Amino acid sequence: MSVFAPIGRHVGEGTIRGRARGGDSSASSILFLGVLWLSLFLAFAFLVTLIVTTVIEGSPRLNALLLTEFPASRPEEAGARPAILGSMMVIGFTALLTLPLGIAAGVHLEEFSDRNHWWNRIVELNVQNLAAVPSIVYGLLTLGALSAIGVKDKNIVIAGATALSLLILPVIIIVTREALRGVPIEIRQGSLALGATSLQTLFRQTLPSAVPGIATGSILALSRALGEAAPLLILGALVFVSFDPNGLLSGYTTLPIQIFNWTGRPQEEFHVLAAAASILLLILLLAMNAIAIVIRNRYQKRW
Amino acid sequence: MSNTNPTEHRLSDEGSAVKITPAAGAASSSIVDPVLECDNVDVFYGNFRAVTDVSMDFGINEITALIGPSGCGKSTLLRSLNRMNDLVDGARVTGRISFQGEDIYGPDVDAIEVRRRIGMVFQKPNPFPKSIYDNIAYGPRVIGMKPSNLDDLVEEALTKAALWDEVKDKLKQSAFGLSGGQQQRLCIARTIAVKPDIILMDEPCSALDPIATMRIEDLMVELKKDYTIVIVTHNMQQAARVADRTAFFTALADDTTGNRTGVLVEYDTTTKIFEDPSDQRTEDYISGRFG
Repeated sequence: MSVFAPIGRHVGEGTIRGRARGGDSSASSILFLGVLWLSLFLAFAFLVTLIVTTVIEGSPRLNALLLTEFPASRPEEAGARPAILGSMMVIGFTALLTLPLGIAAGVHLEEFSDRNHWWNRIVELNVQNLAAVPSIVYGLLTLGALSAIGVKDKNIVIAGATALSLLILPVIIIVTREALRGVPIEIRQGSLALGATSLQTLFRQTLPSAVPGIATGSILALSRALGEAAPLLILGALVFVSFDPNGLLSGYTTLPIQIFNWTGRPQEEFHVLAAAASILLLILLLAMNAIAIVIRNRYQKRW
Repeated sequence: MSNTNPTEHRLSDEGSAVKITPAAGAASSSIVDPVLECDNVDVFYGNFRAVTDVSMDFGINEITALIGPSGCGKSTLLRSLNRMNDLVDGARVTGRISFQGEDIYGPDVDAIEVRRRIGMVFQKPNPFPKSIYDNIAYGPRVIGMKPSNLDDLVEEALTKAALWDEVKDKLKQSAFGLSGGQQQRLCIARTIAVKPDIILMDEPCSALDPIATMRIEDLMVELKKDYTIVIVTHNMQQAARVADRTAFFTALADDTTGNRTGVLVEYDTTTKIFEDPSDQRTEDYISGRFG
């Protein structure tokens, strides 16, 4: 008996050396780890295959002409200039429409509304559900609304931006709420205990602390909108656009729609163009996501 | 109090079996100049009565400690003294809490102004994610103080909180870089900067080590000259060391509902409470036989 074991205290039998049953080095653990790695590999392999084949296919047309030229009936002269400008314009207006509305709604739901009130709970539930509604439904909704107010030509920038705004509005509301929820309650209490009003607390403490989260989520939501084609197709955006979009009421096309258009052509050269435009779209999406990651890493606060 | 009190006789009206022992020293004549008075204060969360029928006065330039086991309502009472409880859904106060004679829950009273006059320091140090300087300057800025020199105000607050010498060379650095004890003194300095009359402290040392605790206690005794301090603490030695008066609370079960509610058992000078308590429950608690 060890001198350190007090009388009457139980000391277990056996040694702590060797493998523990069900521990990290048991057969079942290793098998499970293997399955996880396989899943990761499969997902990654699909992505790499997709990107590599697209790059190989599109590389012959991945040149300046793609950026500067208008669509043309002869593939060697065609470019995606109006689609690039259209995408940027539509996403820009989408951001203008959604961000103020979505952030304000998120702030209200998280900071000011009475969470136990039945009305607020219904709103909350609906926002969650709306975030999962297929994008084409928002296209149909916009189409119906525009018809109801008598807009004949629905292939205009503001219509596309409205549809995309409706699509990502619930996402913006949810990320705003998540970001606000990440700010400790102690910060709000500390501010209020000094005699700050709830609006001062919101604008000087809570919201600034939540900006990185809101910015990250918003950029990711906008990059989703950038890749959307379905709601815009419903609104009739699939047209041969040979001019730069120049305003809210201008006709337009976007990159996903241009890609869809070229893919449907019989000539092989157009398929190459479609692949090249896809690479461009991918680069844009990756750039937006990279900005989101940079914002998150640089400004994220650790409590 | 001359005004009619709606809470009078309510206990018997509801057939509650809660027995309220009259607090021995409550509102005793020895508090000559009360700055804060509680008269028959009940605090509710929805239908749950967290604190029942507390009447006690807080003397100016004194440290009053609220002690008692968990769930006895001492923090709840503290938070209703500067209307921080307003922020909790369903929280409400009956009875009367008056600051310099005025009902702080009165219809013409702004909770914002109450909180400016009656500051609060929290259990966990909660500096803002800003620089040390901006942490102190935040309060004066938001309440629209127009000090002739903000830098001087910041220095004064930090000096009073015994933190100036440690941070004077890094005022522009993040407050998160400070140790826990320094952060808590920063929070005290932040509260001082808006020039309150009363400072409420909710277990301000429970997250700190003994050395940091000692410094905060020294600070409290120093601050007593200018401020009235009410402190909630689980540390009875702390109450004995710093407080002029001590109130002992406990939780009683209501026989009809089974809900536990906080009541004031005994309130007297700290010496009396710790050396010669008049209630058996106080004696059991401070001698460690219960709670």
